[in-house]
Amino acid sequence: MIETKGLRKSYPSGRRGQTVVDAVRGIDLDVRAGEIFGFLGPNGAGKTTTLRMLATLIRPDGGEALIAGADLLADPAEVRRRIGYVAQGGGTTDVVTAREELVLQARMYGTGKAEAQQRTEDALKAFDLTEFADRPCSTYSGGQRRRVDIALGVIHAPQVLFLDEPTVGLDPASRGQVWAEIKRLRTEGMTVVVTTHYLEEADALCDRVAIVDHGQVVAEGTSEALKREISGDVVLLGIAAGESGPAADALRDQPYLDRLELQGEDGLRLYLQDGAAAIPQLLRVLDGAGVVPRTVQLQRPSLDDVFLARTGRSIDQS
Amino acid sequence: MKLARDTWLVFQRQLLLMWRTPIWIAVGVIQPIFYLLLFAPLLKKVLEPMGATTYAAAYQIYVPGLLAVLCIFGGLYTGFSLLGELKAGVIERSRVTPVSRLALLLGRALREVVALLVQAVLITLIALPFGLRVDPLNLLLAYLLLGLLALMTSAISYGIALVLPNDSAMAPVVNTLAQPIALLSGVLLPLALAPMWLQTMAKWNPFYWAVEGMRALFSGNIGDSVVWQGLLIVVVMTTGAVYWSARLFSTRIR
Repeated sequence: MIETKGLRKSYPSGRRGQTVVDAVRGIDLDVRAGEIFGFLGPNGAGKTTTLRMLATLIRPDGGEALIAGADLLADPAEVRRRIGYVAQGGGTTDVVTAREELVLQARMYGTGKAEAQQRTEDALKAFDLTEFADRPCSTYSGGQRRRVDIALGVIHAPQVLFLDEPTVGLDPASRGQVWAEIKRLRTEGMTVVVTTHYLEEADALCDRVAIVDHGQVVAEGTSEALKREISGDVVLLGIAAGESGPAADALRDQPYLDRLELQGEDGLRLYLQDGAAAIPQLLRVLDGAGVVPRTVQLQRPSLDDVFLARTGRSIDQS
Repeated sequence: MKLARDTWLVFQRQLLLMWRTPIWIAVGVIQPIFYLLLFAPLLKKVLEPMGATTYAAAYQIYVPGLLAVLCIFGGLYTGFSLLGELKAGVIERSRVTPVSRLALLLGRALREVVALLVQAVLITLIALPFGLRVDPLNLLLAYLLLGLLALMTSAISYGIALVLPNDSAMAPVVNTLAQPIALLSGVLLPLALAPMWLQTMAKWNPFYWAVEGMRALFSGNIGDSVVWQGLLIVVVMTTGAVYWSARLFSTRIR
């Protein structure tokens, strides 16, 4: 449904624009029809720039992209007819109502008045907006506004929907509601591309994920497959403040340990093949070094561990 | 056809927005009335050297200038409303649809043109009891000139709003632009009163010609060459401003 090759974008920066910032440096993607595809990465990784390029808002410097069968560079007008896009901040006006916004949006896609009203009626029902559809947008809660934004993005029944950070700033209940709407769109056959820096969103919502860092895709696949690549388990050790250094020194040379990360003053993150079998040995070694662990947790690797393994940083740190 | 339809769509939405914030309509009506009632009476004495010995004659000179300054300033300041729309994401939302980019500009600018022309008509009506007399054909031509002025300055203002890197730069840029334009076009006082060097400078200000054309029309001198010169200059500048601004609406990212 979406194929890109070497999509690039750089911006001039500095006082006279003499230096160049590479926001996106060659992105290759293959998004399949009917899936929810996620761009996961820290802020500033180039997710939004990529999404805005695919949505025809920014012209790429290079590369190519085929979106729903239309060529992004040669025929952006045709791409616009086949896609919907919802910006992170939405795009509603405070003093008009959701109904008025939906009718205008439908009409901007070229539909006649009667049909625009019919589509609005359908969208209000589908997204459960009827109750507040005739109140001004300024009175909506964050979750209500988000649902209106998404309804606006799909009023013309596009084949592909782009959502930029769809649940930023929402409370957990509203977030769940937005996820449910997005999954409903998938069952209707729509292809959905979302950007997110929430690990659990990528995990819970997306069929496949591309992990993006510094304008490049560093890993791509289903969340499960990506985590499987990080072979083995993660053991989290909680220790007394200031003792993480000595503990790390004691453990570093253990043969069953793949990797070790310090987590502040009072924690260690250990990557190893068989966590359950290693825990007794770990405790013995620590005991020998005079360090008493406070907590021990055995975890399966998360998408953050995948990010960590590929970039050497955690998503939350960057 | 699509352009006309899309422009109408955007224009309707803009009218609705104006209707929903009635304070702007109130301000738009009250301001020109103040100018007319509180400032114009000062003018009779000032304008005497130009042969304006009666109130009627003073208004003949003052009203066209007032209308021009209304359209120039009103247009130049309209970009502030676009800043709000940019921030709310309304422009971005429009730009992912196939809606005409020129329509995004024209629909907005025409809202401003209509609002300013309504104000102009109000001012003209209120000036009638003070003795202002204008030939209807001349008046229509003067309104055409005003409409073009408003369209041009609105387009420029939207362009500035799109080009500027941040919102706080808008006020100083617009003020710095508007001030010399107003002073060097003799909108409030005719430049005939000015020293020679100032008059020479003013001739390089295209808005000066528009104001002079307006005055000729209000004085009944439709045949005066400054009328067609003013119109021609304004048409050319309006075309350029609309072209520049429409391009920004389709390419500029903020």
